[in-house]
Amino acid sequence: MAQAPVIQVTGLRTQFGPQVVHDNLDFSVERGEVMGVVGGSGTGKSVLMRTIIGLNRPAAGKIRVLGQDLENLPMEQAMAVQRRWGVLFQDGALFSSLTVAQNIAVPLKEHTDVPPRLRRELAQVKVAMVGLPPEAADKYPSELSGGMRKRAGLARALALDPEILFLDEPTAGLDPIGANKFDELILQLQRALGLSVVLVTHDLDTLHAICDRVSALIDKRVKVGTIDELMREPDPWLREYFGGPRGRAALAAKAGPAAKAGPAGRDDSPQDSERIA
Amino acid sequence: MALDHQAATAAAPTVASQADKGWRVLVLAGRWTTDALSEQGVALTEAAEQAGERVRLDIAGVEALDSAGAWLVCRTLDELDRRSAKVELVGGDAEQRSLIETMGHYRPGKAPEPTSESALTGLLVRTGKATYEAGAEARDLISFLGYAVVVFGRTILNPRRLRVVAMVSHMEQAGLNAMPIVGLLSFLIGVVLAYQGADQLARFGAQIFTVNLVAIGVLREMGIILTAIIVAGRSGSAFTAQIGTMKVNEEIDAMRTIGLDPMDVLVMPRVFALVLVMPLLTFYADIMGIFGGAVMALFVLDISFERFINQMRDAVPLWSFWVGIIKAPIFAFIIALVGCFEGLKVSRSAESVGLRTTTSVVVSIFIVIVLDAIFSIFFSVIGI
Repeated sequence: MAQAPVIQVTGLRTQFGPQVVHDNLDFSVERGEVMGVVGGSGTGKSVLMRTIIGLNRPAAGKIRVLGQDLENLPMEQAMAVQRRWGVLFQDGALFSSLTVAQNIAVPLKEHTDVPPRLRRELAQVKVAMVGLPPEAADKYPSELSGGMRKRAGLARALALDPEILFLDEPTAGLDPIGANKFDELILQLQRALGLSVVLVTHDLDTLHAICDRVSALIDKRVKVGTIDELMREPDPWLREYFGGPRGRAALAAKAGPAAKAGPAGRDDSPQDSERIA
Repeated sequence: MALDHQAATAAAPTVASQADKGWRVLVLAGRWTTDALSEQGVALTEAAEQAGERVRLDIAGVEALDSAGAWLVCRTLDELDRRSAKVELVGGDAEQRSLIETMGHYRPGKAPEPTSESALTGLLVRTGKATYEAGAEARDLISFLGYAVVVFGRTILNPRRLRVVAMVSHMEQAGLNAMPIVGLLSFLIGVVLAYQGADQLARFGAQIFTVNLVAIGVLREMGIILTAIIVAGRSGSAFTAQIGTMKVNEEIDAMRTIGLDPMDVLVMPRVFALVLVMPLLTFYADIMGIFGGAVMALFVLDISFERFINQMRDAVPLWSFWVGIIKAPIFAFIIALVGCFEGLKVSRSAESVGLRTTTSVVVSIFIVIVLDAIFSIFFSVIGI
């Protein structure tokens, strides 16, 4: 697709007081790709994501999302652009006073004219899409396990059919089976809905399983490429990251049953067995 | 791309019903996307219901389709299938068709209907539940009280168990740092008492008895009650929040695994700190309250400080002071105990910290006032 990138960041500089997190950083995401963002602790992975979605103000640089420069856009138009992305925060960030279905309905209620019955129905569809059992729709976040909360958060992020999905550490804190299933789910939805995905993660398996390209935050800048390309970089951090025991294990895991993790993943029902602990 | 939202001004979604050689054709057009949809879903369902046995869904004119639109199409197809109507889908590009097919995988299961109950049953159920919970809470609090008294006694017998540094720090926070607010409020209450008293007593020409009113009122009741309420709101709630946050962080569990008893480490320093500091605070509140009354008496009634003190010495027995002060350590014990108890009851969520903090303040103020009433009756029976 010879389209402009959905996200284009140029010359970004973010800092908190005297501490510079990113300096002259360039970053872009093409339409329909899954971009992983990795980096050591404190290199500003989440900060980068938060800056792109407008929760942090950059000290310098340009951020264009879906061809629009949010900073110089009037309030209303900026909101219109924001509706075209969905964000999954680390622990789901569900509104604790609302049930899952109500959580999913919040963006629909706020931004569309969808009548209440269809809203309820769409919420149910989203619940099914993220592989939650139907009875989860009427539960409160506190009644769900961590994995289910993340799925519910994903359902809310998908409520307005976004074009871009931002995921902050989607598999952190999940057991390996849950994490695998979540990876498959993201890939499946990405393919079905044609999403562009920005994925902040520490999980090497996730990177191998679903990312088309990876951005590594090193020295306040990013190095972008496929995993293979990054592994050939001479940078010591990248070598240690991908070449360490965990990196090699993830690579081996990918080489083995990788063929299976295709779109066929949809066929093993998205229904999830994880229950309230 | 199926999810093209670019043309926000484009045509609204429409559905039209036409007849064509024995087929009922439902023509969808416009943008079938979440942001554009409103009543079309209903229109589509109705049109499909009225359609005959042979239905064709024509989506060639659909400009954009997202999961919501695709779901509506998918659902309509399902509906017609169930009626065993002959149905076909025409038009639409590959992506749109595959999206519709994909949505078929996500048919929402039937959620169990929420069991409805009548208002009366609901009220009964809630009342019963609340009563039971209040009873259970009271039982737990009493058993905690017993445990705390045992540990309190054990600590007095073996003072080395007491964490002195923690205790002193709590004394500073709960005592020293509370002085400005306790002083100011007591002063103002003294002023109010004197002003109200002077107003009434002046009718009998008995202004001088304002002194009795202020001194006895402040010493016996106002000083201690005010201090207790401020300390409950300030320190009792802080105890709950501190311990509750530690509970959420699993710090309490960590403490137990290391072999530290939270009762020794967290509860006793707070209890001792408050028990030691509250009589001092009350004494200070008494002074400030009487001082407020004296200032008021000076300005409104022209009673000089000297006369005020002389009158007080004649009219107020020393016992009035002790009646107030004697309650202080007991109230302190209760406030600290309830604060810690509620903190330890926090479950592992942030909401419950807030909830328990509120409960802690309400419960401790409630108990303080109930105890104060009991004390009043007791003192009047023994004639003090």
